[in-house]
Amino acid sequence: MTENVEKTKKVKVPRHDMPCQEPKVRAHNFEEVALGYTPEVAIEEAKRCLQCKKPKCIEGCPVEVLIPEFIKKIAEGDFEESARVLKIKNSLPAVCGRVCPQESQCESKCILGIKGESVAIGRLERFAADFGMKSGKATLEKVEPTGKRVAIIGAGPAGLACAGDLAKAGHAVTIFEALHVAGGVLMYGIPQFRLPKEIVQTEIANLKQMGVEILTNQVVGKITSVDELMENGYDAVFIGTGAGLPYFMDIPGLNLNGVYSANEFLTRTNLMKGYKFPDYATPVKVGKNVAVLGAGNVAMDSARTALRLGARNVYIVYRRSRAEMPARLEELEHAEEEGIQFHLLTNPVSIKGDERMWVKSLTCLRYELGDPDASGRRSPVPIPGSEFEIPMDTVVVAIGQGPNPLVTTSTPGLVLNKRGNIVADDETLMTSKSGVFAGGDIVTGAATVILAMGAGKKAASGIDKYLKAK
Amino acid sequence: MYRVVKKRVLAPAIALLEVDAPAVAAKVEPGQFVIVRVDELGERIPLTVMDFDREKGTITIVIQNVGYSSALITAMNEGDEFQDFVGPLGVASEIENHGTVVCIGAGLGIAPIYPIARALKEAGNHVISVLACRSADLLILEEEMRAVSDEVVVTTDDGSLGLKGFATTGLAEVLKHGHNVKVIWAIGPMVMMKSVADYTRALRIKTIVSMNPIMVDGTGMCGACRISVGTETKFACVDGPEFDGHLVDFDLARKRLDYYRDEENRAKARMECKHEGGHH
Repeated sequence: MTENVEKTKKVKVPRHDMPCQEPKVRAHNFEEVALGYTPEVAIEEAKRCLQCKKPKCIEGCPVEVLIPEFIKKIAEGDFEESARVLKIKNSLPAVCGRVCPQESQCESKCILGIKGESVAIGRLERFAADFGMKSGKATLEKVEPTGKRVAIIGAGPAGLACAGDLAKAGHAVTIFEALHVAGGVLMYGIPQFRLPKEIVQTEIANLKQMGVEILTNQVVGKITSVDELMENGYDAVFIGTGAGLPYFMDIPGLNLNGVYSANEFLTRTNLMKGYKFPDYATPVKVGKNVAVLGAGNVAMDSARTALRLGARNVYIVYRRSRAEMPARLEELEHAEEEGIQFHLLTNPVSIKGDERMWVKSLTCLRYELGDPDASGRRSPVPIPGSEFEIPMDTVVVAIGQGPNPLVTTSTPGLVLNKRGNIVADDETLMTSKSGVFAGGDIVTGAATVILAMGAGKKAASGIDKYLKAK
Repeated sequence: MYRVVKKRVLAPAIALLEVDAPAVAAKVEPGQFVIVRVDELGERIPLTVMDFDREKGTITIVIQNVGYSSALITAMNEGDEFQDFVGPLGVASEIENHGTVVCIGAGLGIAPIYPIARALKEAGNHVISVLACRSADLLILEEEMRAVSDEVVVTTDDGSLGLKGFATTGLAEVLKHGHNVKVIWAIGPMVMMKSVADYTRALRIKTIVSMNPIMVDGTGMCGACRISVGTETKFACVDGPEFDGHLVDFDLARKRLDYYRDEENRAKARMECKHEGGHH
């Protein structure tokens, strides 16, 4: 009886807001937007958790973090232990607490969410992970080496998660990364203002402490190949090379000066720190008017980055309506607060340039939503004669990425699907080649950080079983 | 880290650096390139490989001081180290026995044409090389090119050495002698590659050029290096850097090189005002 009273009370306590930088201020700096909970607020939020005996939230987490357990530790004020519990399942909790779409994962399953607001699991994860990172004590004990060696291609979320679990199982892991720094999309794609790069590097340093070796500047497919790795003594290989091939739409003017792929635009800004030019040597530039084509998270990141680089008008150009936008609602709202403008139900038809072949304007066509198609989705239909031209200086194409073919084309016998993604077993993530596993965006196509991490963990378990049976 | 084991100054503002990079040296082929980054604050810049020694584990690059990063690199000495040195990148040149081939290197382009000429020679071709530069003091690697060529024609813009004229003058000289030229490689400034391609288009001689657009990652993930080839857009870093010169849109490629001109000047000016040849 008293327990039920307690539960009813908890349902009524509203979820604690995340303190953020003011939109007007943050739109002009690259500092992190969300500031994080204070210990007091974290404890209060943690106390909202009902500590369910059969927690649904864990089912919603692709890496099965021990959610009620770590939240209980926060409620008790034992932040260090909370951070340790988090690390048992998640090698990069400070990252996940920031970039996971919790509303469609763990938090969507929270019982409190039925009648009230779900527990802010992501914000608590971030709080505990940040605490663990600062104290530096939340490390896991070393295990007995198995003598098996695993090569991982790609140091993005899938590869790092896979490496973490394999190291915990006692296997010797070497990651081969093409860029000069590990982290993949966490370093080159997601902006500093959403995910500070120092945090990514601290999490990666923890992995190294667990014995994971990371070799940068190694373009597999060029400097070595999957077959060579297997010949050179690796007992298994995991391919986690992601979806790093930018798609460009087929309209005139895409090679003009001022047209970027989102990958280039974000890589220059984030990885190369172009926003600090000329202290850092890589330039990145935007004009007064910037159009971002697309409406996913990458488009929101690009638009908000353009604003911070000094653009006056930044437009998202998207052929469907706000309701169909693939971006997270939180990212969309942040973009709106900061002053990003939206051209919805609008599709670009051409980019015009001046005599120097620099972008001058963007020509678009207005759309309306037509009848529902076979899938029940109302598809956008162009409105005849609705063409209009907007002055533009910079265009960022953010309509998606495909699998980079460098590794797949240099690996004979690897079965791919029509889109060029690797075909892997649903359970073990083993590919058509024995001992070669794959996971993350290279298998699924562009998805989320946490799904890639989930795939990395799944592959680690598949690899572990494979090595033990060998 | 990737240490400079040998340095040679080839001409005013042009340096040859032999860099310790065994894994790259084990795999590189003529026509490929590397991406280097000098230090933590540095940008990634592409450099076509001039030579490699698989046994010593070294890669040789030749670079001219034209801006911020190239100033830092040409100022490097033996024992200095690159923060990052990635490769081999790009598709290797298609080397086979074609019969008679012409290798045109203009200015700094003589460096990347060298390993191609050598490989073509080793494959049994009759190699005629055309070396073009502004003036006699800027001619680099002449001895090396003579060692891998059957014939060499030198041209200078000012006539201070060899024929007075441009790369096309040298090519015309070669063709005048009735050689049955099957393939031409032309590497150098965009304007030179365009004029060679224009010249050979009418003659229907297959002409391969090596494009040097702006690059960032060099692995096909950003498209900064995209160029128009025929009706298609190609990424020079993974589809090239070599392309059919008769299909490349050189005007667009040249204009794309200018996109960061203001920023490049700013970076250079900032470095010069700090202290000459200084480092941040």
